[in-house]
Amino acid sequence: MAASSIPAGGHGDPTRRDFLMVATGALGAVGVAAVAWPFINNLNPAADTLALSSVEVNVQPIAVGQAVTVKWRGKPLFIRHRTPEEIKEAEAVPLSQLRDPQTDNSRVTDTAKKVRPEWLVQIGVCTHLGCVPLGNKPGDPKGPFGGWFCPCHGSAYDTSGRIRQGPAPKNLEIPPYLFTSDTLVRVG
Amino acid sequence: MASSHGTPPAFNNKVIAWIDHRLPIFSYIEKEYHTFPTPRNFNYFWNFGAIATVMLVLMIATGVVLATNYTPHTSMAFDSVERIMRDVPSGWLMRYLHMNGASFFFIAVYVHIFRGMYYGSYKAPRELLWILGVIIFLLMMATAFMGYVLPWGQMSFWGATVITNLFSAIPVVGDSIVTWLWGGFAVENPTLNRFYALHYLLPFVIVAVVALHVVALHVHGSNNPLGIDPKGPQDTVPFHPYYTMKDGFGVVVFLIVYAAFVFFSPNMLGDAANYIEANPLVTPTHIVPEWYFLPYYAILRAIPDKLGGVLAMFGAIAVLFVLPWLDTSRVRSCSFRPIYKWFMFVLVIDVVVLGVCGANPPEGWYVPIAQLATVYYFFHFLILLPVLGKIERPRPLPPSIADAVLKKAG
Ligand code: HEM
Ligand code: FES
Repeated sequence: MAASSIPAGGHGDPTRRDFLMVATGALGAVGVAAVAWPFINNLNPAADTLALSSVEVNVQPIAVGQAVTVKWRGKPLFIRHRTPEEIKEAEAVPLSQLRDPQTDNSRVTDTAKKVRPEWLVQIGVCTHLGCVPLGNKPGDPKGPFGGWFCPCHGSAYDTSGRIRQGPAPKNLEIPPYLFTSDTLVRVG
Repeated sequence: MASSHGTPPAFNNKVIAWIDHRLPIFSYIEKEYHTFPTPRNFNYFWNFGAIATVMLVLMIATGVVLATNYTPHTSMAFDSVERIMRDVPSGWLMRYLHMNGASFFFIAVYVHIFRGMYYGSYKAPRELLWILGVIIFLLMMATAFMGYVLPWGQMSFWGATVITNLFSAIPVVGDSIVTWLWGGFAVENPTLNRFYALHYLLPFVIVAVVALHVVALHVHGSNNPLGIDPKGPQDTVPFHPYYTMKDGFGVVVFLIVYAAFVFFSPNMLGDAANYIEANPLVTPTHIVPEWYFLPYYAILRAIPDKLGGVLAMFGAIAVLFVLPWLDTSRVRSCSFRPIYKWFMFVLVIDVVVLGVCGANPPEGWYVPIAQLATVYYFFHFLILLPVLGKIERPRPLPPSIADAVLKKAG
């Protein structure tokens, strides 16, 4: 039977040989993918890089209206002690005016679900292409919405760190943070 | 090329003959770089392939030497480059040669690409040759981008941040891709390390693709300013000594201009901000890439949408891959295309305008001008080329290269 099926290979009905070819090829492809994966995975963040991911900040010295920048996971972290006017301004914006609709309240809630409107904790990285927006230092331009202004391509954020104008698609990211006491915040 | 088939050359030297009988490298050189029949009418635009090759060799030579003193760690990279500049013997020269060499490599390749477009060198049967060229161009851009990150200055860091963040525009998987590129949560030490490894590797990949590029070239031989095929021996001259000399001359003139920059104005093409060490907490007020990326950077910023801008930027290079099929004209050389010829120059102006917009902050008039120039860029490739090929009436082609050359000589 085997002898008669060889000349028939390639014409008409699939033969046992065709089946073996396809099966071998498929198994080979799975093998290549299985070997490729560790090479690709190797480029993902290493355990020690992942481990460096929490920081504690004492917010007591930050006066109302002031902000500080701390480094977290290689990125700037913005912690702003907002003034009552800034809070009021942020809360008054109707969601329909926002590109990435989020209430101000949802942006000042820590992981224990406690709301502290005076403390805005966010990652100071423009959601467009990653520049650090201006507005955290006293002399900085804060942009037309009184929050932050990214000089790279002109994105403007409001006093809640929400995107209002320019090419950035999203609000400034809020990291997971927890106030372990009234003056101590842990990020990450 | 097929015409040069025949008896292999006889070598008088016994050692050469012995080797060649076993590994025909000398026959290969003889056939491809000596007797190789080459159109007799090349102009100086045909020098830039050889010039680009010389620059590639020079980049690898200076790069390997720099690598012996460079330290790929965020806390030491900047200082190690400053040490190369101040303390390492001839280090300043190696670095300035490498730094300006990248710019001059791009100059050579841009002229080379323009030559191909103006004289229709991408048309049948040279489509794959052209596509290999576009691949080399992409690899060069990747190499230069990663090289620029190595000195770990402010522009290195923020250029790397902005460019890697481009990938976050990809829906769903974008953010994971960016983390994977970084090997962390931001551009950091793992990023510098992998960029260094790849910056060392890619130039050798370029060498391999250049080899394929040359193999493909030697199947049908070079195009020429008339864009017509050689019809016989009267249309060609042997590559050596005619074009070895002409290429040699062109290379020397090019290197003189390059040396003038290296010795008298080594930082003119660079950005002063890159002499400030990278600071992840402070973005420079005005981020600009190296000059050779400016037109693409302008296209990126011209589109007010993140994903759209990224797609337009990659699309601007992607159209080059399909250029052979976008051009519907049967005539290769612009010398015989009375209308398209002018549009070629308009395209060059358009790209320069994009470059100027890319170098300036995206404010005021630069925004609409960059947008207009972006639209025109795509209009040229996607609409003008296919349509013009159909309606333009080319001037009559000369019967042969020899005929045209001798008539011109009077
Ligand atoms: C296609 C060829 C190449 C291109 C276009 C290229 C481009 C660049 C550029 C633009 C820089 C930044 C220069 C500066 O501003 O300081 C650089 C730096 C560097 N490159 Fe390359 N390079 C190439 C090949 C190589 C090779 C083959 C090696 C190593 C074997 C190498 C090693 C280095 C090193 C160590 C640096 C850091 C020192 C410095 O910044 O001067 N390069 N390269
Ligand atoms: S990175 Fe902020 S606007 Fe582009």
